[in-house]
Amino acid sequence: FFFFLIFEVFFGVFSFTINSAITINAVLEVEASKVGCSVPAARKTGTTICGVVFKDGVVLGADTRATEGMIVADKNCSKIHYISPNIYCCGAGTAADTEMTTQLISSNLELHSLSTGRLPRVATANRMLKQMLFRYQGYIGAALVLGGVDCNGPHLYSIYPHGSTDKLPYVTMGSGSLAAMAVFEDRYKPDMEEDAAKQLVRDAIAAGIFNDLGSGSNIDLCVITKSKVNYIRPHDEANKKGVRTGDYKYKRGTTGVLTKAVTPIDLELLEESVQTMDTS
Amino acid sequence: MLGFMRGQPLLSTVIHREKMAAAPVMMPYFGQQISSKSDLVPDWTRQEVSTGTTIMAVEYDGGVVIGADSRTTTGAYIANRVTDKLTRIHNKIYCCRSGSAADTQAIAEIVAYQLGFHSIELDEPPLVETAANLFRASCYRYREELTAGILVAGWDKRKGGQVYSVPIGGMLVRQPVSVGGSGSTYIYGFMDANYKPGMNKEQCMELTAAALSLAMERDGSSGGVVRLASISEEGVERRVILGNQLPKFSTH
Repeated sequence: FFFFLIFEVFFGVFSFTINSAITINAVLEVEASKVGCSVPAARKTGTTICGVVFKDGVVLGADTRATEGMIVADKNCSKIHYISPNIYCCGAGTAADTEMTTQLISSNLELHSLSTGRLPRVATANRMLKQMLFRYQGYIGAALVLGGVDCNGPHLYSIYPHGSTDKLPYVTMGSGSLAAMAVFEDRYKPDMEEDAAKQLVRDAIAAGIFNDLGSGSNIDLCVITKSKVNYIRPHDEANKKGVRTGDYKYKRGTTGVLTKAVTPIDLELLEESVQTMDTS
Repeated sequence: MLGFMRGQPLLSTVIHREKMAAAPVMMPYFGQQISSKSDLVPDWTRQEVSTGTTIMAVEYDGGVVIGADSRTTTGAYIANRVTDKLTRIHNKIYCCRSGSAADTQAIAEIVAYQLGFHSIELDEPPLVETAANLFRASCYRYREELTAGILVAGWDKRKGGQVYSVPIGGMLVRQPVSVGGSGSTYIYGFMDANYKPGMNKEQCMELTAAALSLAMERDGSSGGVVRLASISEEGVERRVILGNQLPKFSTH
């Protein structure tokens, strides 16, 4: 039985719960520091991601910075993942988790679509994602913004790591979500035109990029309508690397040459030995 | 020991963690930490999404009236300010969800599946008591892992309008009126004073709207709009009362 499977794994996941509120990772960190090493920092997409439903479809937006602790690991990573021809998903949280989760659901959804003979629905992708994340009780750190257009129109969902989802006309996720949501709450209107929606999403992501340390670099957009998908990467290079105005190299002739003296050095060969490389 | 295993915010006592999502790094951090990178990691990775909530259900002769606020929080941030906590389980059976958003959504979807299957087998609309028992079965079996307080309400041919309460822990009890969620503590007095058996549908609607407004005013984890629904033999009628239209009360 379907529900049985969910709770069966559920039970298994909880067999190692400790009786205090500390998670496994926290315990590992403490143990590691006792020995003198540190646990490797998971690469996180600090992130600002958002989505908006407009008249003909949805617009998804994301920044492109991936961090490892306080260091930028990737200045131009792609956070808008393909789920199906009509459905895309932005991912915030642990980069590996968002990548693998979206790939798994994309694969399963393709098989499902072949089985039903129909274009997949956004609600189906939402169900699959939330049931998987709930099964892992929040240990898969994937916070997603799922958007697409199907036979019932445009849809937008936000999915949290513990497996709860919200179906809304505009959503933001990630460390920069508060900055982006401020822009949305000010300027969102139902049934916008495509250009207005793209501008709104661009501005929301920009708010995240410039006001949140965990987000940065460029703005990627993905516009999904009934007829086509426009994956614009990058839509806006908000943080282009500066061009150096000067050069420290001096031209030949800057220093004048007065005299030149060439002295050959005689070398005597004392010993020559050959060591063969072990290429077996 | 057992009930507080996961350290999530619970309904009856809202545990306010002594930190804020966007606060500067200098602030001392109490409570559990998954990693020390707290300035880049937002609240929702450490705090589960919770329906802070005030929910309510009232029986009347011929049906039930159910109501809920619309706020879902992750720590101090409102993740969804227009949540629909009145979830359809079957045509004339709804549930009001409070506690962890993920847990209650998952349970409600599983029960809806089980009840739909059962109804097809029976070739009859299911009983509200059956739905309530399905909720109780899941909530009791996995009581250590779940944080879910649910009110099951609906109409069936056998017993008319019914309200069943399935609080944290997995108890099941039928009550003529029931309130739940973190905001319910503020309106027990109001309910005891103002509920009278034998009210009609409109009176129940007004009572529910008034009670929820009072709770939303006082409870930080409840707010937004008031969602109401009435379920009877005729069907389900849904209403939304926006913030500016809520009944106003004032102590001065």
